[in-house]
Amino acid sequence: MKKIEAIIQPFKLEEVKEALKAIGIDGMTITEVRGHGRQKGHKEVYRGQEYNVDLLPKVKVELVVPSARAEEVIKTLSGAARTGNIGDGKIFVYDVAEAIRIRNEDRGESAL
Amino acid sequence: MTSNLTGRIAFLLTSGSALLQAQQAAAQAPQGTDAKIAALEAAVKSAQSAGDNAWMLVSAALVLMMTGPGLALFYGGLVRKKNILGTMMQSFVLMALVTVLWAICGYSLAFGEGSFFLGDLRYLFLQNVGAAPNADYAGTIPHQTFMVYQLMFAIITPALITGAYAERMRFSAMMLFTTLWMFLVYFPMAHMVWGKGGFLNAYLGGKIPCFDFAGGTVVHITSGVSALVCAIYMGKRAGYPSDQMKPHSLTLSFVGACLLWVGWFGFNAGSALGASALATSAFVATHFGAAAGALGWMLAERIQGHKMSALGGISGAVAGLVAITPASGFVKPFPALFIGLAAGLVCYTIVVKVKQKFGYDDSLDAFGVHGIGGTLGALLTGVFATSAVNDALKNAAGQPAALGLIDGNGMQVVNQLIGCAIAAGLAIVGSLIALKISDAVLGVRLDSKEEQTGLDVSMHGEEGYNFES
Repeated sequence: MKKIEAIIQPFKLEEVKEALKAIGIDGMTITEVRGHGRQKGHKEVYRGQEYNVDLLPKVKVELVVPSARAEEVIKTLSGAARTGNIGDGKIFVYDVAEAIRIRNEDRGESAL
Repeated sequence: MTSNLTGRIAFLLTSGSALLQAQQAAAQAPQGTDAKIAALEAAVKSAQSAGDNAWMLVSAALVLMMTGPGLALFYGGLVRKKNILGTMMQSFVLMALVTVLWAICGYSLAFGEGSFFLGDLRYLFLQNVGAAPNADYAGTIPHQTFMVYQLMFAIITPALITGAYAERMRFSAMMLFTTLWMFLVYFPMAHMVWGKGGFLNAYLGGKIPCFDFAGGTVVHITSGVSALVCAIYMGKRAGYPSDQMKPHSLTLSFVGACLLWVGWFGFNAGSALGASALATSAFVATHFGAAAGALGWMLAERIQGHKMSALGGISGAVAGLVAITPASGFVKPFPALFIGLAAGLVCYTIVVKVKQKFGYDDSLDAFGVHGIGGTLGALLTGVFATSAVNDALKNAAGQPAALGLIDGNGMQVVNQLIGCAIAAGLAIVGSLIALKISDAVLGVRLDSKEEQTGLDVSMHGEEGYNFES
């Protein structure tokens, strides 16, 4: 199993969700986060007081999928989240040791 | 003689809502033209009184609306979200606290006829303040209306200062400070400018006639200069200016500023103390001042290479309103536009350039907007005041007196300057004394943990926003 963690632009969330649903991926966890990579944010001015806003609002999407489907999910996700501009975000992939469904203690891929 | 009488009767009969009542009164009166005229004149007087009283009660309510919710929202939006309730409470509690002080002796100390500098205790506990008008101040409305209208000014003035010590003052100390400040600064200053026999009163026996229609010196210079004293005495907020201290909701500030704009019609046009043509003139000048102030500030931003901002627009409108306040019942519409524009440009410069240069933490710019805008407005009142707008002041020959520089009375600018200097001096001394005492008794500054936690939790045990509940 692989855990796919994607940091994306907030306004791309709906598109990403729809695209994943279309290939049969139902489960995911969404978190509102703030951060930046090479994108350096913007400047705000309040009564002459300047603030550099470098931590921008982003959405973190986390999902765990069978290893065999990881590549397909990554392609779908990055395709849906891409605008081609700086600030589109990143995807990180991790190995997952175990998955357990709390309701009935199913284990492994059948718990996904 | 006959035609003159007919003319008077015709005038009286056309005087609007008094008509029916007047006819009835006239019918009951004994036969005879003089008696009829007397009855008609009494009826017209009563109709005017009803109209004036209606406007003054509405004005009083409008001025209270400037403090809550107007100023509470304006300031509340400008602080960080952990401080919103605490900031709003600082305005709100003054609606309660100052009212009680006013009832006990504040009104008497401000408006009782006493010395040059302070009123006496003739209205202690509001005795002798009832339905009968006080002819010295407002001859057509109940004395009680005048009293409650002036109370609303006494409430907003210390509330303006809260912008300077925002996010770091202990709530109890702030209440003590304000109580002392009212006695040391506000009551004396209001008496000097507006009270009968006050040192600066232009109409009722003052030494130096200072024109202040609605509170440029009494409200804005006293509060603005005291704000600067507080900002310096209290010290900077922890982390200022390096930390992020962005306004947490300019949306709230925007609503608050627009409420201030609307409420200001009660503040300035209400200061005519009747539903008169002078009230209309002050209303127009007020609106024009606000409009030009908003554009002036945004223009200054553009010239400085910044974007024209929402906060800039509303700050400029408030600056324009502040500056037009002393002038509103004395100037024509175009001078009002000029005064507003000047306030937008000058206050921008103070808030954005001068504050950063000197590094004091006047957190919400109470000094930059009210102190500077009030001084500018008071001085320009001396320039643009004209008897063409306000002919209440008579010279020795019984003709309308020349008011400002444009009327040929250049001395008035000097008189205005003296008024500003007295207001500023009194504010500095009074604020320092009030701060010292409050600090010794309760400690004015939050400790660093309380400040870091925020006013809401550390002072009130609540939070402004509980989105998880």
